[in-house]
Amino acid sequence: MENFAESVNLDFKYDGEDVLVLKDINISFKQGEMTAVLGHNGCGKSTLAKHLNAILLPSGGTVYIDGIDTKDENRIYDIRQRVGMVFQNPDNQIVATIVEEDVAFALENLGVQSDEIRRRVDEALKAVGMYEYRMHAPHQLSGGQKQRVAIAGIIAMRPRCIVLDEPTAMLDPKGRAEVMKTVKELNSKYGITIILITHYMEEAAQCGRIIVMDRGKVLMDNSPKQVFSRVEELKAVGLDVPQVTELVYELNKYGLKLDTHIINENECCDALLKLLS
Amino acid sequence: MAILKTEELTYVYSQGTPFEKTAVDHVSLEIEKGEFVGVIGHTGSGKSTLIQHFNGLLKPTSGKIYLDGEDIWADKTKIRQVRFKVGLVFQYPEYQIFEDTVYKDIAFGPKNMKLSENEIDGRVRRTAVSVGLTEDILNKSPFELSGGQKRRVAIAGVMAMEPEVLILDEPTAGLDPKGRDMILSQISHYHKTTGCTVLLVSHSMEDVAKFASKILVMNDSKVFCYDKTAEVFKRTEEISSMGLSVPQIARVFNILKNKGLSFDEEVYTVKYAKELIIRELKKRGKI
Ligand SMILES: Nc1ncnc2c1ncn2[C@@H]1O[C@H](COP(=O)(O)OP(=O)(O)OP(=O)(O)O)[C@@H](O)[C@H]1O
Ligand SMILES: Nc1ncnc2c1ncn2[C@@H]1O[C@H](COP(=O)(O)OP(=O)(O)O)[C@@H](O)[C@H]1O
Ligand SMILES: [Mg+2]
Ligand SMILES: [Mg+2]
Repeated sequence: MENFAESVNLDFKYDGEDVLVLKDINISFKQGEMTAVLGHNGCGKSTLAKHLNAILLPSGGTVYIDGIDTKDENRIYDIRQRVGMVFQNPDNQIVATIVEEDVAFALENLGVQSDEIRRRVDEALKAVGMYEYRMHAPHQLSGGQKQRVAIAGIIAMRPRCIVLDEPTAMLDPKGRAEVMKTVKELNSKYGITIILITHYMEEAAQCGRIIVMDRGKVLMDNSPKQVFSRVEELKAVGLDVPQVTELVYELNKYGLKLDTHIINENECCDALLKLLS
Repeated sequence: MAILKTEELTYVYSQGTPFEKTAVDHVSLEIEKGEFVGVIGHTGSGKSTLIQHFNGLLKPTSGKIYLDGEDIWADKTKIRQVRFKVGLVFQYPEYQIFEDTVYKDIAFGPKNMKLSENEIDGRVRRTAVSVGLTEDILNKSPFELSGGQKRRVAIAGVMAMEPEVLILDEPTAGLDPKGRDMILSQISHYHKTTGCTVLLVSHSMEDVAKFASKILVMNDSKVFCYDKTAEVFKRTEEISSMGLSVPQIARVFNILKNKGLSFDEEVYTVKYAKELIIRELKKRGKI
């Protein structure tokens, strides 16, 4: 697999501030990978995300998207077409007064044919479970419903990479599961590179790779099993592990010797069955 | 006595238009003083609409709300007092932030209550610390903060008013796990030491399981049930069919049950799961 996105010695500070918010970040994302980014509030996740479609430009170092330097002003359009963003707050992303128009908005700007727009919009709205609301006004929706519309708008664009900045933070458990399912499908069916920023450890456990950030730096970059087996280090940087991993950790603290790489329900059940029967 | 009571409370958005929506439908409810209530329900089930009635932010289309036995709409001039007694942290804290420094933003509520400068300063600093905001952030503009930091500012602003009823609409969405634990522990501490009533709206079943003694389940604008935490999480199938879930650890014990390994009690926290497994291992002479 080739590198789709890459940061080389990336430093960043906001205008007028003197502290570096990102410090010497060197990471790359391969085409087709699904990566979770974890880290405490304010560690720089959103700042990093905004570098991936040139909303922010490095103060030092370079970010490449599909080989294009994000500092190249002439290629901004190429970068944004390749990398779609779903932000924390859906209200900042919704522009139209009717749900389906909102989902179609960017496609219309790109000059996509109207029957193709119709098809993609319907598909995207169904994928996020908001098809029934296609004629509603976005302001009439509750928080979680708005978030799903925002995700549909990006999905309709079919970009090569989607960066999702806490897309499920406001969703109910079913909405969360639907979004995760949708995102995983986009990754496995269409090979879309997924970068998922989340505070839900169970969601991170479903990705192929986890990057853990701490105060502007990359602290860990490994598979979920490896990352979640480092319970104490994760807690020290404000993070957690899935409940099943926590249970195993607690039981091991008591003196049992369970596999520390347990990160999902089935693995945990198997271990407990073996232990108790 | 019930601190909050609703009688056939109904709220309709955009009445008389094609988008008419009954968001709260004949809800009758009594919440005891001092209770820690978790409020769960699918997106759009009416949670936010319901709780905005409790501090008079929304006026019912029909039905009544009583605070401490008094109809809050009996005398409109008293609504201001209701807002001091019932503190509400919105679902989108960004909307509650409008001052140019974090300090002023947290001080906004206490100032409106006409407290002394000294008292205000003490409260601002105390609550800032308790939600995990450092001293240097107090002089920053709220607009320069990360998502999670903004949320802490909004929560501090309401807690600084020291309300008798504290209502939080998904306060931990967007917080890192440590921040989530810290804020919920602070709320729990505030609840225990003041005896205030807390309503916590949350999509995190894990958090609700850990802190709430009772759970109010909203479904399609109606109350599905209002019961003790263990009783609610027993109803796994109904809960799941409503777009909700039970905590991951409870799901594990459900799978175990289906595989023939069942226990007398409902398990819905990691702490309890650990105790139970150790007890069972001892019973079986394995440790
Ligand atoms: N517009 C801005 N101006 C100045 N400083 C900013 C700005 N936006 C963010 N910061 C600061 O940069 C740091 C990183 O913020 P960022 O939003 O990237 O964090 P995050 O990891 O996404 O946090 P969260 O989990 O809360 O969303 C924080 O210390 C924050 O206060
Ligand atoms: N300002 C509004 N105008 C019209 N309809 C609204 C408004 N706010 C919410 N609704 C509708 O009312 C219902 C309940 O919403 P809400 O109380 O926000 O639910 P929850 O907080 O449980 O997600 C939803 O169907 C939503 O679309
Ligand atoms: Mg962020
Ligand atoms: Mg809500």
